[in-house]
Amino acid sequence: MNFENFLLMRQELVLIGIVLIVLIAEIFTEKDQKGIITPLAITLFAIHTVIGFLPLAEGSIFGGSYNTCALINTMKNVLNLGVLIILIQSSFWLNQETQKGKVSEFYIVLLSTLVGMFYMISSGDFLMFYIGLETATIPLAALAAFDRYKNKSAEAGIKLILSSALSSGILLYGISMIYGTTGSVYFKDVAPMISQTNALQILAFVFYFAGMGFKMSLVPFHLWTADVYEGAPVNITSYLSVISKGAAVFIFTIILFTVFRVIAPMWQDVIWVIAVLTMTIGNLFALRQKNMKRFLAFSSIAQAGFIILGVLSGTAMGMATVVYYVLVYIFSNLAAFGVVSVIAATTGKENMEEYNGLYATNPKLCWSLTIALFSLAGIPPVAGFFGKFFLFTAAAEKGFYWIVLIALLNTIISLYYYLMPVKAMFINKNETPIVAFKSDAMSKIGIIICLVGMVVIGLASPIYESILKVCFGI
Amino acid sequence: MDILSLFVVVPFLTIIGILFTKGLKGTRVVSAVGMGVQLIMAFNLLFKYLGARKAGELGEMLFIQSHMWYQSLNIHYTVGVDGIAVAMIMLTSIVVFAGVFASWMTKELPREFFISLIFLSSGVFGFFISIDLFTMFLFYEIAVIPMYLLIGLWGTGPKEYSAMKLTLMLMGGSALLVLGLLGIYFNSAPNGGPLTFNILEIAKVHIPVATQKFFFPFLFVGFGVLGALFPFHTWSPDGHASAPTAVSMLHAGVLMKLGGYGILRVAMYLLPDAAVQMGWIFLIFTTTSVVYGAFGAIWQKDLKYINAYSSVSHCGMVIFALLMINKTAMDGAILQMISHGLMTALFFALIGMIYGRTHTRNIYEMGGLMKVIPFLSVIYVIAGMASLGLPGLSGFVAEMTIFVGAFQNADTFHRVCTILATTAIVVTAVYILRVVGLLLLGPIKDHHFEDLKDATWYEKVSLLTLLIAIFAVGLAPFWLSNMIQDSLTPIVAKLSVIAQ
Repeated sequence: MNFENFLLMRQELVLIGIVLIVLIAEIFTEKDQKGIITPLAITLFAIHTVIGFLPLAEGSIFGGSYNTCALINTMKNVLNLGVLIILIQSSFWLNQETQKGKVSEFYIVLLSTLVGMFYMISSGDFLMFYIGLETATIPLAALAAFDRYKNKSAEAGIKLILSSALSSGILLYGISMIYGTTGSVYFKDVAPMISQTNALQILAFVFYFAGMGFKMSLVPFHLWTADVYEGAPVNITSYLSVISKGAAVFIFTIILFTVFRVIAPMWQDVIWVIAVLTMTIGNLFALRQKNMKRFLAFSSIAQAGFIILGVLSGTAMGMATVVYYVLVYIFSNLAAFGVVSVIAATTGKENMEEYNGLYATNPKLCWSLTIALFSLAGIPPVAGFFGKFFLFTAAAEKGFYWIVLIALLNTIISLYYYLMPVKAMFINKNETPIVAFKSDAMSKIGIIICLVGMVVIGLASPIYESILKVCFGI
Repeated sequence: MDILSLFVVVPFLTIIGILFTKGLKGTRVVSAVGMGVQLIMAFNLLFKYLGARKAGELGEMLFIQSHMWYQSLNIHYTVGVDGIAVAMIMLTSIVVFAGVFASWMTKELPREFFISLIFLSSGVFGFFISIDLFTMFLFYEIAVIPMYLLIGLWGTGPKEYSAMKLTLMLMGGSALLVLGLLGIYFNSAPNGGPLTFNILEIAKVHIPVATQKFFFPFLFVGFGVLGALFPFHTWSPDGHASAPTAVSMLHAGVLMKLGGYGILRVAMYLLPDAAVQMGWIFLIFTTTSVVYGAFGAIWQKDLKYINAYSSVSHCGMVIFALLMINKTAMDGAILQMISHGLMTALFFALIGMIYGRTHTRNIYEMGGLMKVIPFLSVIYVIAGMASLGLPGLSGFVAEMTIFVGAFQNADTFHRVCTILATTAIVVTAVYILRVVGLLLLGPIKDHHFEDLKDATWYEKVSLLTLLIAIFAVGLAPFWLSNMIQDSLTPIVAKLSVIAQ
C-alpha cells in the first residue's frame, strides 16, 4: 500500500484532521478565547465539504476492507452537506450560556461519529462495517445526553445506548452466522456463497435486517426513536434523524444490493411489509403528537418507510432514488428542524399549540417551516415532490403497484399532520403568540441554504441524473 | 420564450411584483395588471390558434415546445395546445381576471391572498398547456395545495374543517392519479423503446386491454374527485361555502374543470378500450351526480350551498356527456365546462357581493333586493337564466348539445341514464326560480337592507367581464364549437373505433 492508495480515504482523513485541530485548539486556547472554536470548526468543515466534491479515484485498500467509488463518495458528500447545515444551525444554541465549556466537545464527538459513518459506508467486509457502525453509535449517545442537566436528555442518552447495544448484538449474531456458513466476512467472498436454500443464511439476513432496522428506526424496531428524539437537544435530534439515518440507509442498501442480491425475492417481501408498516404506523402516531420534536420524530419514522420503498426494486434506479431522496430529505427536514430549533433556543417553546398565531409575529419563519413541511409531504414545486415521485416510480418499475398505492394513501395521512403546524401558525388565533424576534445570522443562513436546496434539487434535473450515473454498476 | 410558457411565467412575475408592493392598493393593482396581461395573452393565443388552423396547420396540438428535463426517465417539459386547451385557457384567464376584481377589498393580509390566488392560477394554466403527464401532474398539484391556506385563512364559517376536507380529498384523488400515471408510463412502450410521459406519443401505442382496465378506474376517479363525481363530491359544498369569493369563483369556475379535462385527455384518450368497456359503471355515478346535485340544491338555505350543489350537478353533466362517447355530446361537455365555469364564477361573485352587503347568505332572511340593489339583482337573474338554460345564454348551448348528443347513443342503458339526467333541467329551474323569488322579489324583510349601496366600479368590472363572456358563448357558439369539434376529432375517432 502506497501513499496514493492511502489518499483514497481522503474524506475520512480530512475529517480526522479537523477533529484533531479542534481538539488542539481547545487545549491551547484560554477561556475567553473559546469563541473562535465555532467559526474554526465550521470553516474547516465547509472546506472539507468542498474538497469532497473534487474527483476521487476508485479503489479498495486494506485487502478489500475499505472501498470507495463514485457512488460511495456521492453518499459521503450528501452527508457532508447535511452536517454542514447542522453545524451552522447549531452555532446559536452552542453559544448560549448553558453550553459553555462544551463547544469543542460537541464538534469532536459529532465529527467522530461522522468518521464512523464514513468507514461504515465504505466498508468492504462485515468487520469494518461493524467497527464503523459502533464508532458512529457510541458517541451519539453522548451527544443525545448533551444537555446533561436535563433529565430527559440524560434519559435519551441511556435509551439510545441501550437500544443500540441490543441492536448491535442482534446484528453481530447475524454476521456470525454469515461467517459460519460462508467462512468469510468479505462482501466479495460472501456474495457468491449466499443461496436461497440455505436456511441459516436466511436467518442471518433476518438478524442483519433487524439490527439495521433499529438504526433506521423501522417499525417494529422504532420504539426508542420518539423518546430519544424528544429528549435530545434539537440539533442533535436533527443529526440523528437525518445524518445517522441516512448513513444507515446507505450501507443497508449497499449490502442488500451486493451481498444479498441472490436472495432478492426474499428480502423484497420483507421490505415491502416493513415499509408499509413503517410508514403507516409512523404516520398514525405522528397524527397525535403535540410536541414539535416528537412530531418530527414520528414523521421521520414514516419517511424511513418511504425511503426503503426505493430499495425494493433492487435496480440502479432504485439506488439512485434512495440517495436522491435522502438528499431531499436532509434539506427538507433540516429546514424544519432549523425553524424549530431557532424557536426553541430563543423562546424555549416546543409545543405545537404555542405556535398558534406565529404568522402575525414571525412570518418568514412560518413560510420557511411551511415550505419545509410541504417538501416533506411531497407537494410541488419543492424537491420533496420529485423525491417521492421517483421513489414511487422505482417501486412501480418492478410492478409493486399495490405497495405504491398504499404508500400514496400514506402520503395523504402525512399531509394531514404536516398541515397541522401550518394551521397552527397561519390560521389559529392566539392572544399571546410567540413574540417577534430576530434570528441570528447563522440560523438564518442555515435555513436559507435549506430553502434554496429544496427548490434547486427538484427543479435542476442534473442533480438526480448525476446521482443515477454513479449508481450504475453497483 | 414561447407563447405558451408565458402563461406560467407571467403569474410568476406578478407574484414577484407583489412581493415588492406594500398594502392592499399596490398589491391589487399589480395583480390586476398581471392578470390583465394574462387575459390579453389568452386572446392573442386564441387568434393565433385560429389563424394557424385557417392556414392549414393539421397537427393535433399546435405551438409545441419541448425541453428535456429528466433524461433518464424521459420526462420533458412539453407544452402545446389544441382547441380544447385554448378554450380552457380563455376561461381561466377570464375567471382569474374577474376574481382579482371581486377581491378588490381584501383587507386581511392582501399580499398573501393575491400571491396564493395567482400561484394557484399558474398551476391551472400550466395544467392546460402541458402535454407531458409528469409536468401536467406537477401543475395539477400546484393548483390544489394553495387552496388550503386560501380557505383556511380568508374563508368564513367552519373554514378549518372545510379547508382540510377539501385538501385531503383532492390530494387523495391525486394519489390515485399518480398510480394511474405510473401505470401508463410503464406501459407506454409495449414494443420496446423508451418509456414516455408524452400524451401524443402514448396515444399512438396500444396498451394491453387488461392493463388499461386496471389503471382506468384510478385515473377516472382521481380526476373525478376534482370534477365532483358522486360520491366523491362531498368536499365541494363545504369547500365552496367556506371559501372567500374569488376562491369559490376560481375553484368552481376553473379548478373543477381540471377534472373533466383530465378525464377526457388522460383517462379516456390514453385508455380508450377501458373507457368504452367500463364507462357504464361511471355513468351510473355521474348520472347520480347530475340528479342528486340538482335535488340537493333545492333544499339548501345558504346561497353558496345552493350554488355548490348546482355545481355538482352541472359538473356531473360534463362527465356524463364525456361518457356518451360521441362527438356531439363531448363537444357539449367542453361547452358545458366553459359555460358552467363562467356562470358559476358569476354566481359566486354575486353571492360574495350580496353577502358583503347583507352579512347573511340565508335566503329566508333576505328579500326584495331588486329594489335596493338593482344592478346586482338583474345580473343575478341573468346568471340564473343562463344556469337553467335560457336560449341566448351559454347554458342553453351547452346543455342542448349535451342532450342532443346523449340521445344519439342508442344503447338502452345510456338512453335511460339520459332520460334521468334530463330531469335535472327541470329541477334546475325550480331551485333557480325559488332563489330569485325569495332573494330578489317580494317585500324587503330587513329594514337595514334599505340603505344598501349598489355595485361599485370594481365589482362591475368583475361582473361584466363574466357576463360578456356568457353572452358571447350564448349568442355566437359556433366559432367555439367548431374549434372544439376539430380538436375532438382524434379523440373521438380513437374511441368510436373501439365502441363499434
